[in-house]
Amino acid sequence: MNATNATNAMKTTTRKRSNAPIFWALFGAGGMLSALFGPMLVFITGIAVPLGVVLPKDTMSYPHMLAFAQNLIGKGFIFAIIALFLWHAAHRIFHSLHDIGIHAGTGAKLLCYGLAMVGTVIAAYALLAIGF
Amino acid sequence: MNKRRPYVRSMDGWWRKNPFFVEYMIHEGTALFVAAYAGILLNGLVHLSQGEAAWNVWLLGLKSSWYIGFHVLTLIALGYHTYTWFKIMPRTMPPVVVGGQRLSAWAITGSGLAVAAAAMAALLGLVWGMAR
Amino acid sequence: MSDNQKVIEIEVLRYHPEKDKEPHKQVFEVPFTDDMSVLQGVQYIKDYLDGSLSFRWSCRMAICGSCGMMINGEPSLSCQTFLRDYYPARVRVEALSHFPIERDLVINMEGFMEKLESIQPYIIPKEPRTLQEGEYLQTPEQLNEYEQFSSCINCLLCYAACPQFGLNSSFIGPAATALLHRYNVDSRDGGKAERMELINSEEGVFNCTAVGYCSEVCPKHVDPANAVNQNKTISAADYFLRFLTPKGGAK
Ligand code: FES
Repeated sequence: MNATNATNAMKTTTRKRSNAPIFWALFGAGGMLSALFGPMLVFITGIAVPLGVVLPKDTMSYPHMLAFAQNLIGKGFIFAIIALFLWHAAHRIFHSLHDIGIHAGTGAKLLCYGLAMVGTVIAAYALLAIGF
Repeated sequence: MNKRRPYVRSMDGWWRKNPFFVEYMIHEGTALFVAAYAGILLNGLVHLSQGEAAWNVWLLGLKSSWYIGFHVLTLIALGYHTYTWFKIMPRTMPPVVVGGQRLSAWAITGSGLAVAAAAMAALLGLVWGMAR
Repeated sequence: MSDNQKVIEIEVLRYHPEKDKEPHKQVFEVPFTDDMSVLQGVQYIKDYLDGSLSFRWSCRMAICGSCGMMINGEPSLSCQTFLRDYYPARVRVEALSHFPIERDLVINMEGFMEKLESIQPYIIPKEPRTLQEGEYLQTPEQLNEYEQFSSCINCLLCYAACPQFGLNSSFIGPAATALLHRYNVDSRDGGKAERMELINSEEGVFNCTAVGYCSEVCPKHVDPANAVNQNKTISAADYFLRFLTPKGGAK
């Protein structure tokens, strides 16, 4: 291919715009949120409260958690944490599948992002069911 | 006849061939823990929406040594995510110029980690304050 | 050759398209002195041991960008990598990863040349300017915006360091994006809208997963990963805001 042909070929190719920004933005938001709060959240819900150390014993008692989940800010926090963590993980895992040679394309994409979507819907539904 | 026969090497196992890539796969792998943790929280949220009895079942489940062990692993994974998230930050964000000088990579990573530490301390303080 | 002449083993990945089905290793014993680069070691092989060995080089001073090779698995300029740092172990040299091997240590870089052309690596003036209007003026701050990204010598080490390019060769990749960015942020340039089309496309920056090794191996501190990732932000902003602004990059 000579230079002029190459230039012409390139000028005429119409490139398809990537829709990655949607997933990338969710990935970034979830990544930032988990980097800022993730370890402490895990410590609180997974270690301190179950073992009854550091925090008061009834920190995650039903009345406490219900009140938190009924509060608008609390609702937003729970929703952001669960949904964005899921989208962050889905995006990374989707790329990692590609990295290790599973180029399942649409299949892998549907599975990863699909699960994140399902989780988001369930979270939204549960938060609505809890009421205000 | 064209004697050229460019040889394309396989990408199989590329991430095992260089320590830099091994580290990359490990920090990408933290996403599995982020996903699992989001799943645990989502499960808890669903239980919360089903009333006090259901919530207490979930809360009790957290006390099992399997869950505790898993949360310890998750804490390590998310801690590593926090570290690597800010470690790569100088490469991913636009240059920050302070007083005519470009902020060094370490200054960016360091401030990121400091903000994360503050955010986590604030979260713990807030939870402690609300539970008291 | 004196008695205390040091000899290092250099293992080369050979490939001769007319004879070989696939590449194979060949080990040479090369006498060397502490001031010898890996390139000089390979040149010794060609001059004294096997004249058929093929590789590229020119300046021997890390500026022409022709001598890139995988040295012990790391993308390196062979003229600024020294044999003494590997002795007494064997040093492995191989053609740059992720590119097709044309022959021995010579890669096929046609794909990159096309990418280089596609980014329009020259200033596209905002408006035509006559000679009488004089030269373009730039402040030191405006120069700072792009200077780092203009240091690229097209050695392709960053591509050999980029697994995403290895997995998908249509990805525009680190060096081309860095150079594209270099023109986009140049105050004299007006071609950004045209170039962003490539950034935004499926061949564009979103193939990058921020591995960051490209910037690690860059011999000129261009930091291509930064150019790629800055453009993710720019591209995403345009993706979401294009409907709000009268003339976004909507296509
Ligand atoms: S020979 Fe020119 S860069 Fe190494």
